[in-house]
Amino acid sequence: MKRQPVLRVCSKLLLPWLLLFALYVQFHGEYGPGGGFQAGVIFAAGVILYTLVFGLADARQAIPPRLARVGIALGLLLYIGVGMCCLLLGGHFLDYDVLAADPVAGQYRGIFLVELGVGITVASAMISIFFAFAERRR
Amino acid sequence: MVTALALIGLRELLAVVMLFGIYSLVSAGLFVVLDAVDVAFTEAAVGAGVSIVFMLSALALTTGREKRPIHTPLLPLIVVLITGAALIYGTFDLPRLGEPDNPAHTHVAPRYIEASPEEIGIPNMVTSVLASYRGYDTLGETTVVFTAAVGILILIGGMPRRLGDDGENDPE
Repeated sequence: MKRQPVLRVCSKLLLPWLLLFALYVQFHGEYGPGGGFQAGVIFAAGVILYTLVFGLADARQAIPPRLARVGIALGLLLYIGVGMCCLLLGGHFLDYDVLAADPVAGQYRGIFLVELGVGITVASAMISIFFAFAERRR
Repeated sequence: MVTALALIGLRELLAVVMLFGIYSLVSAGLFVVLDAVDVAFTEAAVGAGVSIVFMLSALALTTGREKRPIHTPLLPLIVVLITGAALIYGTFDLPRLGEPDNPAHTHVAPRYIEASPEEIGIPNMVTSVLASYRGYDTLGETTVVFTAAVGILILIGGMPRRLGDDGENDPE
């Protein structure tokens, strides 16, 4: 499909904005609608668009499937790591108050890291699943 | 409702997938009308976006039409009708949707709504409940996504990759 000029040009124009919007939704989840799940899905949708237009080989060069598979576990590890960090600093599991000197700042830090973990896991999961589907021949 | 009924009756699977997408989009609109913007966002992104791509990929790997069922569905229909009638009868005891003194609105919700600005300090209360007050549940959800991805990769991720694969539709 990369020989079709309209598809190629339009997707090249759209793709940076898609990925930027995914990052925006991820990091502004505290101020507006959004958060980790939505951002992960939008990021994966951007990668899927790239794969559909430019082919699996180019997409595999952009995002190595091994990296995507590692990312699934990495996000969950980040989430649990934040919880463990709270335990080690003296609070309960996932009690973000102890993460900083000021409880409100601690909450902000905890929510930021936790949503980041969720976003990484969701994006990597969607990308890995799509790559697994796309690599299969009938 | 119309979309759901059409979904059940159709046998051409491509049309069924498209109707799934329309159903998700209509649900997202419904959520926006009910003032649940985060849920609508997630429903639109997942249901009308990525989910349709996955279903179409699965369609490309399998057949395009649903097979005719061998047995007549009379007994399952009777069972479903009886169960559905019992469930609807059970909902008569529930309080009216949206009443201010429902148990769902008086248990912990007022505490979250009042305490969230001082305790957590972020403007979006949905995120504060999701990530802080109910952070353990979100951990469970993320684990479910992880497990689903691992399950799918075990099922269909094992194909040996050919060297020099360029991803185009090459004639085999």
